[in-house]
Amino acid sequence: MELTLWTYEGPPHVGAMRIAASMEGVHYVLHAPQGDTYADLLFTMIERRDRRPPVTYTTFQARDLGGDTAELVKRSIQQAVDRFQPEALLVGESCTAELIQDQPGSLACGMGLGVPVVSLELPAYSKKENWGAAETLYQLCRGLLKTQMPAPGAAKPEPERWRSEGRRPRVNLLGPSLLGFRCRDDVRELRGLLADHGIDVNVVAPLGARPADLMRLPQADANLCLYPEVAGPLCSWLERSFGTPVVRTVPIGIGATAQFLRELCALLGLEPPELREADQRSRLPWYSKSVDSTYLTGKRVFIFADATHAIAAARIASRELGFTVVGLGTYSREQAREVRVAAKELDLEALISDDYLEVEQAMAQAAPELVLGTQMERHSAKRLGIPCAVISAPLHVQDVPARYAPQMGWEGANVIFDSWVHPLMMGLEEHLIGMFRHDFEFVDGHLSHLEGASAPTAQPVAGPDNGAPDVTPLSATPEGGALRWTASGEAELSRIPFFVRGKVRRNTEAYANERGVAEITEETLYEAKAHFSR
Amino acid sequence: MALTSTLPPVLRESGQREVFCGLTSIVWLHRRMPDAFFLVVGSRTCAHLIQSAAGVMIFAEPRFGTAILGERDLAGLADANEELDRVVNDLLARRPEIRTLFLVGSCPSEVIKLDLAKAAERINTRMLGRVRVVNYSGSGIETTFTQGEDGALTSLVPLLPASPEPQLLIVGTLADGVEERFLSLFARMGLETVRTLPPRQSTDLPPVGEGTRLLLAQPFVADTVRALERRGAQRISAPYPLGVEGSCAWMAAAAAAFGIDPRRVAEVLDPLAERGRRALEPLRRRLEGKRLFLLPDSQLEIPLARFLHRECGMELVEVGTPYLDRQLMAEELPLLPEGTQLSEGQDVEKQLERVRASRPDLVVCGMGLANPLEAEGFATKWSIELVFSPIHGCDQAADLAELFARPLNRRELLQWN
Ligand code: SF4
Ligand code: SF4
Repeated sequence: MELTLWTYEGPPHVGAMRIAASMEGVHYVLHAPQGDTYADLLFTMIERRDRRPPVTYTTFQARDLGGDTAELVKRSIQQAVDRFQPEALLVGESCTAELIQDQPGSLACGMGLGVPVVSLELPAYSKKENWGAAETLYQLCRGLLKTQMPAPGAAKPEPERWRSEGRRPRVNLLGPSLLGFRCRDDVRELRGLLADHGIDVNVVAPLGARPADLMRLPQADANLCLYPEVAGPLCSWLERSFGTPVVRTVPIGIGATAQFLRELCALLGLEPPELREADQRSRLPWYSKSVDSTYLTGKRVFIFADATHAIAAARIASRELGFTVVGLGTYSREQAREVRVAAKELDLEALISDDYLEVEQAMAQAAPELVLGTQMERHSAKRLGIPCAVISAPLHVQDVPARYAPQMGWEGANVIFDSWVHPLMMGLEEHLIGMFRHDFEFVDGHLSHLEGASAPTAQPVAGPDNGAPDVTPLSATPEGGALRWTASGEAELSRIPFFVRGKVRRNTEAYANERGVAEITEETLYEAKAHFSR
Repeated sequence: MALTSTLPPVLRESGQREVFCGLTSIVWLHRRMPDAFFLVVGSRTCAHLIQSAAGVMIFAEPRFGTAILGERDLAGLADANEELDRVVNDLLARRPEIRTLFLVGSCPSEVIKLDLAKAAERINTRMLGRVRVVNYSGSGIETTFTQGEDGALTSLVPLLPASPEPQLLIVGTLADGVEERFLSLFARMGLETVRTLPPRQSTDLPPVGEGTRLLLAQPFVADTVRALERRGAQRISAPYPLGVEGSCAWMAAAAAAFGIDPRRVAEVLDPLAERGRRALEPLRRRLEGKRLFLLPDSQLEIPLARFLHRECGMELVEVGTPYLDRQLMAEELPLLPEGTQLSEGQDVEKQLERVRASRPDLVVCGMGLANPLEAEGFATKWSIELVFSPIHGCDQAADLAELFARPLNRRELLQWN
């Protein structure tokens, strides 16, 4: 038993729903109680989708349990097939149904439905959402491609066969799904990027694919594993069974996009991309070199996300923006190894955890100037008064923007520059604020537009007390502090601009704690400041 | 009962439902009683449900959490009990300010028959009064959405001290401001001893006994009422305090039960009602003649339909309710217009077909259905908003109507050419 307040990932059947809802022509019958239908709102509210996910729930109740729930399952399956006439049917169960062991998958297989049925067994008590998504995509493809499997030992297809076949090379984009981070825009960006290099897209899956498209997966010359959380197992299986090579570099950031293109071109036997391409196609390299970005040097950044985005963020932050990464972690246990490697390169110990409080604690200790995280880190960073940009699922409706905002490719790098740098102060401005901070006009009420960028805003529905968020101020002092601020200390603290005040307070308290100082005066504050200034 | 003659037979449906389970009530209960903690004993699904239901609505440090059952817990029950004790210990060590701990049962904990009542007892003994531990079920196989509150309140009833003192006890969560308003109005009428369940502090429990008269602020507290009746309390039959008419009748029924001079009641209520109706007038003009379809969700559907029809002039196409308690609706049902089609339970696909066929101007529905219906061209109102917003009372009547007028106004405001 494990105590959870907020969780990064839903149960595995929600992962299966993500696959079903991402695709066309697939329907999912889920043996589950009525409350589990909440999952629909992830798609219709967070993703703001205009249709319900293609899921039929059996919504069994306690009174059904005595009787024949198997009948209920069969009825639901038959009705779903009649009503939605899917091209492929997924059948599975949620955590409660797993306990009553009706085995809806085998029931469905025995019904002679005349449509391909994939029975999903997603252990709800040991696995989670991303695993469920990956497994579902893999099972679905395996089920559909059964008949096409080449004999063991058959020769691998030659990645350069496109030449002899007199066509352009083609690849599959694997992994983009609903409730992933900006997947739709990433696909559009990559389509353009690949087209520029004369490469066609064979199938995008699961996003927008039909079962018939999945049947065409083996026709690609290479698979691009864009989101390993979702597409990892499928790519490995396609490689093993069909011999399709995989490009595993995820093209997020300048360096990774360039590397991705190099790998892909080498694999397909194409001319390597021009070195100048990044500078020509993205503004990030120049913006990052421009004098105004000098202030970004060594900014302390804390990163926690799914593995794909955490690894990408660490690379961009440290190499392409000149930040100092002071924390790196992920909740994706399946990809923990890769994140550990990325952390090691930065002389860090990766934080692998799905306990958001542990992450918050690590964040407080690292005392970063910027947090790159998920919706949970947005909460935590707000409590700690640190600016934050969201870079990964789990997300909030505000992370599903109307505008085109990819993460991948050259344009993705531009988007990333903007959205990470905005929560920080702009260059010259930082100096001006330093100069004018004693100015009487400099009051908390002077909200910069940047402050707004870091503050969660959406509160669609007011609570009974009109929705005032109950933010508990969190003392960063290790012992929670018998510390007392004297009037002079408080007064000096209040003269510090509000957006750095939180940090100064924490630093000062940490300093006082370390030295066993119980009363913080004006002097303590300045001693601490001197101590921390590098 | 008069209702059989004026209302057609209730449409009873059983099929796929599209409604939250009782765990959802935690989202407002934890804000109501800030010294309480709600620990769901369940699965990752349960944790994800409350976070999703809460996450779209509020940013708040949660005073709820889930003890997630793992494979090891499912293997042997003795183990699960020990594990639960450990989780509770950790939790209480971290949150020493907690005074009441609700252990909330879920589908998985019920299916594996984890005895939370026993667990509560065991922890209570160990805690020696430092916290009170109670338990109830919010499972989706037993309860829908608002019924979770009923379970939570029922679990508090055995803890209420006994007292024969005459008092009015308002049952069901009201918004703080609204509640204060009601208390001051009752005081003006001369009704001094008015208490509420749930209280604002979980430890500030109202007494109950022969002198207690119950006034229901929400229609979904049937089990709580029965438990309180067993402690000697008596229910005042009244419509629910939605709209001017309902709120006045509700307050008047309470006053009458305490023998307060009707003239005094009128003195307090008449100007309120007058003002409330004036405020409603422009909204009535907006809503009049518009056709309304209510999908079953919060159990507030019947009183809402009554208000929207009688005071706002809306036409009722269908009024769905997850569960129909005729006793608790006895004062509401006769106020529905002749011919109102009620439905109980749900078969969501069939119900949506009826929505499409009848083309209502406004649909009241759960969050999962709202955007898809909007995309089909229907204006919608989230039912969950109605349990979060201050909607009760005469002064709130216009605000309540406005919630329904807004989606219609918005559609008229928007233009693309
Ligand atoms: S329906 Fe049951 S399993 Fe699902 S969230 Fe509610 S209590 Fe948990
Ligand atoms: S508020 Fe915005 S525009 Fe004004 S000085 Fe600050 S950062 Fe610049």
